[in-house]
Amino acid sequence: MHLNSELIKQANLAPGAGETVVVAMSGGVDSSVAAALLHEHGYRVVGITLNLWDYHASGGNVNLESGCCSIDTMADARAVCHKLGVPHYVSDFREIFERSVQQNFIDEYFVGRTPNPCVRCNTFIKWGALLQQTQDIGGNFMATGHYGRTRFNSSTKRWELRRAVDGQKDQSYALWGVRQEALARTIFPLGELTKPEVREIARGLDLKTAEKKESQEICFIPDNDYRRYLRERAPEAAAEIGAGDFVDVEGNRLGAHQGFPFYTIGQRKGLGLALGRPIFISAINPDDNTIVVGDDENLRHSDFIVSSVNWGAQYCPADGAAVSCKIRYRDAGAPAILLGAEPHSVRVHFDAPQRAITPGQSAVFYDGDVVVGGGVIDRVITSNGF
Amino acid sequence: MKSIYLDYSATTPLAPEVLEAMQPYLTQHFGNASSIHGFGREAKVALDTAREKIAAALGAQPQEIAFTSGGTEASNMAILGVAQNFAEPRHLITSRVEHPCVLNPCRELEKRGWQVTYVEPDATGLITVNAIAEAIRPETALISIMHANNEVGTINQIAEMAALTATRKILFHTDAVQTFGKLPIAVRTLPVSMLSLSGHKLYGPKGVGALYVRRGVKLQPLFFGGHQERERRAGTENIAGIVGLGKAAELALANQVAEAERLRVLTENFWQRVQEIFPKAQMNGHPEFRLPAVLNISLPGFESTALLMGLDLQGIAVSNGSACSSGSVEISHVLRAMKLPKERAVSALRFSFGKYTTAAEVETTLQALTKILKKS
Repeated sequence: MHLNSELIKQANLAPGAGETVVVAMSGGVDSSVAAALLHEHGYRVVGITLNLWDYHASGGNVNLESGCCSIDTMADARAVCHKLGVPHYVSDFREIFERSVQQNFIDEYFVGRTPNPCVRCNTFIKWGALLQQTQDIGGNFMATGHYGRTRFNSSTKRWELRRAVDGQKDQSYALWGVRQEALARTIFPLGELTKPEVREIARGLDLKTAEKKESQEICFIPDNDYRRYLRERAPEAAAEIGAGDFVDVEGNRLGAHQGFPFYTIGQRKGLGLALGRPIFISAINPDDNTIVVGDDENLRHSDFIVSSVNWGAQYCPADGAAVSCKIRYRDAGAPAILLGAEPHSVRVHFDAPQRAITPGQSAVFYDGDVVVGGGVIDRVITSNGF
Repeated sequence: MKSIYLDYSATTPLAPEVLEAMQPYLTQHFGNASSIHGFGREAKVALDTAREKIAAALGAQPQEIAFTSGGTEASNMAILGVAQNFAEPRHLITSRVEHPCVLNPCRELEKRGWQVTYVEPDATGLITVNAIAEAIRPETALISIMHANNEVGTINQIAEMAALTATRKILFHTDAVQTFGKLPIAVRTLPVSMLSLSGHKLYGPKGVGALYVRRGVKLQPLFFGGHQERERRAGTENIAGIVGLGKAAELALANQVAEAERLRVLTENFWQRVQEIFPKAQMNGHPEFRLPAVLNISLPGFESTALLMGLDLQGIAVSNGSACSSGSVEISHVLRAMKLPKERAVSALRFSFGKYTTAAEVETTLQALTKILKKS
């Protein structure tokens, strides 16, 4: 076992004095290195792998068994902890995951929105149930392998979530829901490191997870086919909605679709419409089961309402506060101003219209590297005021 | 940090005397008991001697003992072995609180067309004799009810249940993995047809167990191979393990009454003290018909996984619901069958004491538990 001392210095972790830190361990390389770094820095590490959903009741003997929550991943996390000489547990959070993440995922599609389950999982499972468990077992902090950073701002007296140094890997977008009191108990050991550096540390430690590939996008849909998942999980609701019409922006019928839950804003492929030019879904109307398609320009809007807001570095910023707003995970962010901020909602106005502002997705507001706040896109305000 | 092991119902350490008895059979006496030469005879004699010890422990005849790879195989052999005597599916009775090594062979038989009655326990986990009597049908071929429950320690009235079968053509099997060596068992007064036992619950090695099969009871084998174990269980015998099982049984019997009393007092004191620390604590299982060293308690307001981790982080090993394959836990099927309120079921912890448990260990455990319970 060899630790690259330069890289470890670069992680810039505050040295611990035996504080107990629960590390959420997925069995991947990131959380493995997070645990190793904390261990190295003098914390008392306790690894916990979350059991969130069933591969099968018995967990394993099905075809897809390498993703998270499989027996293999738990064994990987256990092996890493064993190597570090720290305890490892598996926590069964299947019930709350089903309620707060999977059911919400289904419900959102069935009201014509595009959900963001990773955000829900972070907010309600990791910084909810697991943080509670951390406190229940006498833990001082909780850590994860997320790429993000935290800092206490002594003048505002607020905890700040910040982007990670590795811009490619930054996960602050999915962490906006972590509340102030939870951030105060959070350590992100990887925030100052790049992914290649993390892998190098893992190799140096001879961790068996060092070369593991990145995890898939939605863990509980291993085949990445959310339409199949929705049909299987909610067959009656899907049948009841049935087929509907594609319409253009003037309301003219262009063809049939399979039901509004199976489409997302901005979607171009799989529409089954041949109009001789690229067309996109620009709106989903659950009320009459119609889907509006149009040109790229119909997709672009400037104003939208964000709900379920969690304010971060600033609480209810003043009207006109300038931010960079990200409306999807893979998105550089665009200049915007915040208007009418309230404890749980805010209006956002982009300086220039942005493509595919999608209800259900998260909007996260940045001031430089610092997350000002975030929330769920509730509705787009179109140019005629609605 | 010194570790304290209070999970003897899950498994036990090997007693040093057992290890000593086994060692020669791992090295110099390595022979195959089926061989004619001296090496083989050495193994065969050891096998016969161990069989006599197990038979003696049960008051049975040596030929009524078949060695297996453990309790799971013994129970599978009993249930599936009996079922395969019948050309047509019949009916069998078991309970909701059995160990999976009984429940799952029964489920397998359901797939093969058998009718299975899963008798419900009462709120203490007890299966009443009456409930069994009511479940019997003309086509009932087999009843399988555990002697004592592994999770809550409730002891069933097996003798009375088995007596129900005396005048009928029904076989009775009991899973005695939790009681063999700990409670007096004599098959002369306990009219069971078959009884499963295991080595590692009794300071013997893992990977060895036995099935008592009353003379005259016919079983179809699970495995096909050599003629070992009177053609009931093919495969070269695990001589060292079997010797270990024999020695473990001998040791357990030598001190059975005194040890049971010592553990009963230790457990009772522990329970008294827990109630003083945490008056809301509740005991799960039967207040009277119970194993002396198993204490399943609920600590309402807490969550058993967190309690278990909290104790483990202080070096104390206990158990909550039955372990599932991933290492995570869910509410045990036993507590669910007992219809405990959810708050009680999710806060259940099982302490199981054993041969090496000391009063000082119990004291340390109480302190650790206090630390957790007083925090909130």
